[in-house]
Parts: sequence; C-alpha cells; structure tokens
Amino acid sequence: MQRIYELMFIVRPDMTEEDQDKLIANLEGQVGTAGGTVKSVERMGKRRLAYLVRKFQDGIYVLMTLEGDGTMVKEVERRLRVTEPVIKFITVRVDEEQKRGAKIKAIRDTKVRGKGTRAQEAAAAEAAAPAAAAEPAESAAATA
Amino acid sequence: MADETTTTTGPAATTEGGSSAPRAEGERGQRGPRPGGRSGSGGAGGREGGRKFFRRKKVCKFCVEKIDSVNYKDVRLLGQFVAESGKIVPRRLTGVCTPHQRRLADAIKQARNIALLPFASR
Repeated sequence: MQRIYELMFIVRPDMTEEDQDKLIANLEGQVGTAGGTVKSVERMGKRRLAYLVRKFQDGIYVLMTLEGDGTMVKEVERRLRVTEPVIKFITVRVDEEQKRGAKIKAIRDTKVRGKGTRAQEAAAAEAAAPAAAAEPAESAAATA
Repeated sequence: MADETTTTTGPAATTEGGSSAPRAEGERGQRGPRPGGRSGSGGAGGREGGRKFFRRKKVCKFCVEKIDSVNYKDVRLLGQFVAESGKIVPRRLTGVCTPHQRRLADAIKQARNIALLPFASR
C-alpha cells in the first residue's frame, strides 16, 4: 500500500545553496533506502517564522512529496530529528484527501455534463417545436 | 352614561357600550403586547449583535466558493479565520459549516506547528 505524504521542513536561514542541495540529496537517498520514492521537491524560500524557533526568526522552507508506507516515514523523521540544520518538520498524509477531492470533482463533472446534455436536448426540442408549430399554422392558413 | 341608564334603550346601550368597550380593550390588549414583543426581540437581537437571534443567514465561505481542500499551506486563507490574538474564530461568527470548520481547525493547528501561524501573538 503506497501512501502519499507531504513532508515540510524548515532549515536554518544561514545555510548556503549547496549545503541545502546536499541535505536534500541525502534525504532523497535515505527515502530510497527506506523503501519509498520522492515525487517532488519544492523550495519555498526564506520566510519569516511566526515565532522563535531555536532562536531563529527566519527559515528556509522545503516541501517534499513522498510515496511510501508508515515505516519509511518513521525512518525519515528519525533522520530529520538528528540532522542539525533542520529545525522543524511536519509530515502530513495526503492520499485520502486527494482521493476525496478527486471524487468530488468527478461528481461535479458528471453533474455539469448532465446539465449540459439536458440543455442540449431542451434546445433541440425548442428548435423542433417552433418548426412543428409553424407548419400546422401555415397549413391552417393555406386551408383557410 | 347616567342619562342613558334611565331610558329603556339605556341598559341595552350600556351593555352594548360596556361589551364593546372591553372588547376593544381586549383587542387592543391583544394587539399591544404582541407587536411590542416582536419589536422587543428584534431590537434585542440588533442591540446585542446577534447573540440571541441570528441576524442574517451567514453562508459558509467554503461551500459557496467550492474550495475543495483546506491546506495548512495557504496562510492567507487560514489567516481570515484567525483572530488578532492568534485564536481560531468560532464558527458562529464566521458562518462556516461544521465539517469545514473541523478541517479548518486541523489545518490551522498544522500551520501553527510548522510556524506558519503563531500560537499566540501579543
């Protein structure tokens, strides 16, 4: 069972670009060894933190989308806790949420399509009705 | 009234007058408290700011705009439901429906944990 997780962590602000790259590459390797895959890595840049974390007021946010099972998450989190530059992290499971969103979208699409076809049928019926009404009127006028 | 009682039509008149008078009073009495009560309740609701009675039907922002998922990442959206002090605003003030309020609260708590929103400010 492959679950999809979102891992967001904060790195200390006084970190160079290459150090960040090394860290992320390290993490990706660990995810691989733990039996998961990295779907995407997004760097959200430096942001002001809402409160002081380990005496830092800013931090560099990184968002990783992982695919794997619970044991992989446990392993990755353990490594993150030990990693010194990482000051905060949170893992959120998102596959259920995505399934629910897809379901709602599917329902909405069928509703829209249903309305669309009904509208087409109504338009066709209207087009046919005036023609039918016009014909008997013309015939009536002709006979009269 | 004293002059009317002497004539034969007097008592009838008085009884009519008497009966009509209390009837009028009764009607007035019935009409009186009821509108007074209605205006009183409306006035109380308006003055107290909708605490006893809901002043207008507030719609859930998520249901209207059909926002599918409440994410801890969109701080701008979450910030609308957070007070100045950082507290989560109750649902009776924002008009959010129950399932969305629950998801919103979870998202706000996640955002607080990752330092996107403060736990308490000022």
